[in-house]
Amino acid sequence: METAPLLSVVGVTLRYRTKDHLVTATYRVSFQLYRSDRFVVLGPSGCGKSTLLKAVGGYIQPTEGRIRLNNAEVTGPGPDRVFVFQEFDQLLPWKTVKENIVFALTASGKLPRPQAEERAMHYIAKVNLTEFALSYPHTLSGGMKQRVAIARAMAMEPQILLMDEPFAALDALTRTKMQEELLQLWDETKFTVLFVTHSIPEAIRVGNRILLMSSHPGQVRAELNSSSADAAGIHEILFSEEGTRNR
Amino acid sequence: MLERPEIFHEVSTARLDVVERPLSAWEKLYDNGAFRKTALLVILAAVWELYARWLGNPLLIPTFSATVGALFASIASGALPQAAVYTISMLLKGYVAGLAIAAVLTAFATGTRIGADLLETLTAMFNPLPSIALLPLALVWFGLGAGSVVFVLIHAVLWAVALNTFAGFRSVSPTWKMVGQNYGLSRTGYIARILIPGAFPSILTGLKVGWAFAWRTLIAAELVFGVSSGSGGLGWFIFERKNQLLIADVFAGLLTVILFGLLVENLIFKTIENRTVRRWGMQV
Repeated sequence: METAPLLSVVGVTLRYRTKDHLVTATYRVSFQLYRSDRFVVLGPSGCGKSTLLKAVGGYIQPTEGRIRLNNAEVTGPGPDRVFVFQEFDQLLPWKTVKENIVFALTASGKLPRPQAEERAMHYIAKVNLTEFALSYPHTLSGGMKQRVAIARAMAMEPQILLMDEPFAALDALTRTKMQEELLQLWDETKFTVLFVTHSIPEAIRVGNRILLMSSHPGQVRAELNSSSADAAGIHEILFSEEGTRNR
Repeated sequence: MLERPEIFHEVSTARLDVVERPLSAWEKLYDNGAFRKTALLVILAAVWELYARWLGNPLLIPTFSATVGALFASIASGALPQAAVYTISMLLKGYVAGLAIAAVLTAFATGTRIGADLLETLTAMFNPLPSIALLPLALVWFGLGAGSVVFVLIHAVLWAVALNTFAGFRSVSPTWKMVGQNYGLSRTGYIARILIPGAFPSILTGLKVGWAFAWRTLIAAELVFGVSSGSGGLGWFIFERKNQLLIADVFAGLLTVILFGLLVENLIFKTIENRTVRRWGMQV
């Protein structure tokens, strides 16, 4: 593995304003991501993990600390960090499956149209949706939509894939299948992914490294290798303090 | 606890008579909206014909057949087509000008907060104001003729279109907006490739409402106005024939107005709808 981290998050505090509160979502969070990592951020809901991912995506500026990608400060959204959202409506309904991917490639100026179409079909085949290439998103099931979103993100061949609970809205069977497919895709292309989830088993299955966060505000509790992690131990770390406080 | 056996069944469709069968010709026909509406129109025409015959007073209500006769006679004489062409050309001028101004206002409103305030305030002020109420003023400003008509038409179209478009832009899904930003769209690319298609159901509503307002306003304006101008449109045609007590011709003129309205609604807007928002599943 290379020695220089691909992404380094150093002491990041994130605050956002609601109608009558200033909320601190994460407090001085630090971690480093290396190339081909499957880095999972795991924590209970309200620990600011999605906000953290949006900050890496460039949608939110940290109030403290810095986020650097390849030693360059992250200042805004860009096609080098492609998002896969939880919502099924992340595909543009006015474009077919193929056009959604071609759109991503041409809008970002990554490829001219003919090559973009070729690459789109290549990645659609990778997620086994070739026969649906000309379908509109509203005719697909939830799992298929997420597969298209993953294909779109992977077709961009970004520095990092940012996945915000991409399987959370799926049923358990589809979810397990999608996790397997994601690992299979990773075996083929060794992409780097930053994956946010609140499911412990999903974190252990998908990740090679797991960042555990506590909630209100989100702080790092531990950073583990998933090979040595077990669900009970993670649960213990995540909830130990809250447990003693409640007792 | 009670011991219960485990139960297994063989699945079989042996006695199921239909899994999938094509619909009969009548079922297909009845599913066709155009067919159902045409049938309704035929019934309404028949009711009209019967009532007018029973009434027997062609100065109040001419029969349907007399109206259709007058319609064909007016078309043959060229008076009605000429009036219709004049009206439609006026309508297009006003509509296009209204859309252009609405586009500028909405672009300004999406770009800046003060622009949004301006649009909201202007719409709140002018949307409830009937366009025809501006006609006397328009006559003073622009004189008798096309200028005044186009002015009131712009007023009729502008606010409905701008209001709906802007509301549509605001309700575009935040996820689509983030997707657009993620792939690095420019400002104009973002409006053209995310906001406009994302807000298209609202924009289409605005276009329809604007069209209906414009059409009504135009016919009304011509009624007032044709009086003094040489070449009138459909409104003037109706007004003139009433003065000559050619009531069947008046009905023929009204029928033309209705037919044109139906045509635009069912042909133009329906086609746009089917090819866009329905195909995309954004509207059922």
